[in-house]
Amino acid sequence: MDIQFTEEQELLRSSVQRLLRDQYDFDARRKIVASEEGLSRKQWQAFAELGLLAAPFSEGVGGLGGGPLSTMIIMQEFGRHLVIEPFVETVVLAGGLIENAGSPAQREAYLPQIMAGESIWALAWAEGRSRYDLSNVSTTARRQGDSYVLSGTKAAVIAAPWADKLIVSARTSGEPRDRSGVSLFVVDRHSANLHLQGFKTIDGRRAAEVTLINVQVPASQLLGTEGEGVAALEACRDLAIGALCAEAVGAMAELNSATLEYSKTRKQFGSTIGSFQVLQHRMVDMFIAHQEALSLMQHLSLSLGANETGLSRLASGAKSKIGYAGRFIADQAVQLHGGMGMTDELNIGHYFKRISSINIQFGDPAFHVLRFAQLDTAA
Amino acid sequence: MELNLSSEDAAFRDEVRVFIAENYPQEMRVPNPETDLTKAQMLLWHRILHKKGWIAPLWPKEHGGPGWSITRRFIFEQETTRAGTMPPLAFSVTMVGPVIYTFGNEAQKKKFLPRILSGEDWWCQGYSEPGSGSDLATVRTKAVRDGDHYIVNGHKTWTTLAQHADWIFCLVRTDPSAKPQSGISFLLIDMKSPGVTVRPIITIDGSHEVNDVFLEDVRVPVENLIGEENKGWTYAKFLLGNERTSMAGIGRSTRYIAKLKKIVKAEIPADDPAHLEFVKDIARVELDVLALEATELRVVAQMARSIDPGPAASLFKIRGTEIFQNITELTHRAIGNYGLAIREHPVSANHFMPGPDDGHTASEKYLNSRKLSIYGGSNEIQRNIIAKAVLGL
Repeated sequence: MDIQFTEEQELLRSSVQRLLRDQYDFDARRKIVASEEGLSRKQWQAFAELGLLAAPFSEGVGGLGGGPLSTMIIMQEFGRHLVIEPFVETVVLAGGLIENAGSPAQREAYLPQIMAGESIWALAWAEGRSRYDLSNVSTTARRQGDSYVLSGTKAAVIAAPWADKLIVSARTSGEPRDRSGVSLFVVDRHSANLHLQGFKTIDGRRAAEVTLINVQVPASQLLGTEGEGVAALEACRDLAIGALCAEAVGAMAELNSATLEYSKTRKQFGSTIGSFQVLQHRMVDMFIAHQEALSLMQHLSLSLGANETGLSRLASGAKSKIGYAGRFIADQAVQLHGGMGMTDELNIGHYFKRISSINIQFGDPAFHVLRFAQLDTAA
Repeated sequence: MELNLSSEDAAFRDEVRVFIAENYPQEMRVPNPETDLTKAQMLLWHRILHKKGWIAPLWPKEHGGPGWSITRRFIFEQETTRAGTMPPLAFSVTMVGPVIYTFGNEAQKKKFLPRILSGEDWWCQGYSEPGSGSDLATVRTKAVRDGDHYIVNGHKTWTTLAQHADWIFCLVRTDPSAKPQSGISFLLIDMKSPGVTVRPIITIDGSHEVNDVFLEDVRVPVENLIGEENKGWTYAKFLLGNERTSMAGIGRSTRYIAKLKKIVKAEIPADDPAHLEFVKDIARVELDVLALEATELRVVAQMARSIDPGPAASLFKIRGTEIFQNITELTHRAIGNYGLAIREHPVSANHFMPGPDDGHTASEKYLNSRKLSIYGGSNEIQRNIIAKAVLGL
């Protein structure tokens, strides 16, 4: 089960590689992260011009029809270069939700802007007490004439400070943790009575707590069917997991090659540290962990592309397994680099932090291994 | 778990407890004392302990120590760490002080020891170099004799809190032709000397604890040499033994487990399946702490009977650091989505920090504690020590 990439897919990979090699080395990234806004609009535009922001969308909505495999290819390279810009939030999550759940009018209004790099989106699904449960929503949406009125606080919304639009999950009926009754709304980030409290994330991104106090949203901005937002969120979470797993695998590959390289040059006790058997075995285990993660990532992306049944269970399985593999590799890459691995100056610690973040986004490895078990229909 | 204490020792324990409760400065109770305190704040408790005569438990009475038995020293360590007090600067009190009173001459003892005890001098450790981490004996910083001075050139790194230091104790090479261990000397250098430059190293948690220290043609009076020239390795090893004794960190781990339990209780509802997972994970790490604590008490009891603990320090270092790393990882996981957030350094109330108050330092602690298995002799090196010295391999 090895993916034979098409010529088109190889072309996508090499063009992403070229762009990032030329414009997104570690120093360039450092400058972007340290900048006032914390992302590069110029890079975002370059991604759009290269077609990356249109790649996964179907041709029917004006995309390039690359599907989840194109996302995988892009995200692996983004993982290698620690790209900070919100591709997952804008293209995979918001774009995916609009494409899959949106009305024709909504697709037409929003997708071309996303593909052209003209708007950045964020998904506000989590709340202070929700942990990783998509249905644990207390934020309310009350129908009032031609509008909904939203009130509540959404937690840890990645990319919200950059975003033009938010997709907000809010309860139109039922109680927190009810599966039904959650609805999704497109909300302008600059809406009256919508407040952001921004903060920095461990991996150099910007996020915010988003408080809505009676925010008026036109009924036309309800995304998908009222009360059925959880199913839509689950489907887009599967896609996001595919993207995050690919990003993690890209980061793991970089950590492994950097660690191997370092072990061949760093000398202590008159020998390269790579000649010590205890470290050789460690690096063999890191190699194996990456191989397994790579395989599961491909398996998941193919399943996502074919929209196979049992997909969501596989997504959780991959998120867990790749999460544990990533943590092991990141831990050991820091350990084997010694003090250097602890510094802000070297890229190793930044890969560590990105992998730590990925392991939190949409649920940690322990959460997903449990979900994998619970979705086992044969059990 | 407690030692079987005589009534005198039990009374001593109670005295320590009361003293801490009544005297530990409230100002030092900040979210992360290791990064949030100024130098002056860090020294508040030091000065209180000094006044009380308790600043240097290890030191013999003649040099200003309290003259405690091994048992009392252990009680003091246990009570102060359980109460979460900030230990006095280890580089001064635990490391260079004992080297000076053991190997230094009378003039050095007279000059340096009182100022270490009082907190007037802040010391940092000039051991590691870019090319000499685990393999410390290969230090390349050179000290060349020039009349009654040494001219020192080199680059020290990972120098903790050098930004505050008045003095640095350095391993320097005085005989380049000898075997690595034989050509090293132990030199005390005034940080105000011309040619000393400190450059901050920011770590992955965003904090500034460690530094590069560059030494360029620094003139150091010969009277600052400890012991004999080229015998520095002996003194360095003596010091490293002291560095590793306190690394079991039982008090710290116990406090962090209590905090972790509080977070889990507040943040994860009992009917969430994750709750049981955390309960089990916490129980496992509690058992790890219990076993290490029992080992520590066993070793202390043996030492009180004058039995050499051998390389027990290596065992404490390995397990103590692994356990604490595990606790910080669990704590980081326990706050769920808020584990994405990290405080900005330097810390300021102007920066918004989301999530439960108890979790505000979870990310930085998780990241920062990755260093524990690297510094003070990496855990790989500690395993080598046990393999060789205990197992005879």
